[in-house]
Amino acid sequence: MATVEVTFTPLPAHVRTARLVATAVARRSGVAESLLDEVRLAVGEACSRAVETHAVQCPDEPVRLALSDQAGRFEIEVINAGKAPGLVDGGQVGDGTLMPPGFSLAVIAGLAEDVQISETEAGTSIKMSWPLSGSLAAGSPA
Amino acid sequence: MALEESVDLKLDHHNKDGIEIVDVEGEIDVYTAPRLRELLIDLVNNGHYQLVVNMEKVEFLDSTGLGVLVGGLKRVRAHDGSLDLVCTQERILKIFRITGLTKVFGIHDTVDEAISTRKSEK
Repeated sequence: MATVEVTFTPLPAHVRTARLVATAVARRSGVAESLLDEVRLAVGEACSRAVETHAVQCPDEPVRLALSDQAGRFEIEVINAGKAPGLVDGGQVGDGTLMPPGFSLAVIAGLAEDVQISETEAGTSIKMSWPLSGSLAAGSPA
Repeated sequence: MALEESVDLKLDHHNKDGIEIVDVEGEIDVYTAPRLRELLIDLVNNGHYQLVVNMEKVEFLDSTGLGVLVGGLKRVRAHDGSLDLVCTQERILKIFRITGLTKVFGIHDTVDEAISTRKSEK
């Protein structure tokens, strides 16, 4: 069961909110301060790509975010209701505002130790995880 | 010239020694990046082909922001121009390193260093 779940309308304006929530939960769960920038960047990438996928494929469906800590790791799962982000046709270098397909996934892979992409009934899931600092494990005061 | 501000991103630009300095403050992501993109396009359309983007006050940059910077670089290079960056923040430099874009952009510690480096290459 996720510690925190976030569902948001697939609009760019809400990606920042997802970053803020994920970073706050990561800090509270015990992820080291030195890794929080990576958490923030990785979840931002995944949510941005999910928003862009939804805009093309399913604009009325929300993007889902599940945050949980277990077995010594903090895990973030971003679920979008479409095909795998970065693999949607239309990713073009063109005028330079869209990087090549898969670019975001490459960035995420460079930030998280463990990245898994899978197709589920709910859509496409990107799971990323980071280790928890032992001295700041769940249950410690804020 | 001060431009429109928002909670998330503040943009400003001014000319120094013939080079247009773009000051960026805040977060560059999928929501705010279009504004930076439009500014870079406007500057190029108005004949400014030597640009320095000062990112010392940028708090967040993702691949969408990188795409805007790459797009800006392509536009100025089409006019034999340049787009250099000023950034010393490790949290921002990290994404440039992960993506290999440190080899694409000139990244400097200060605006003056970016200007003098660019002028010495002319």
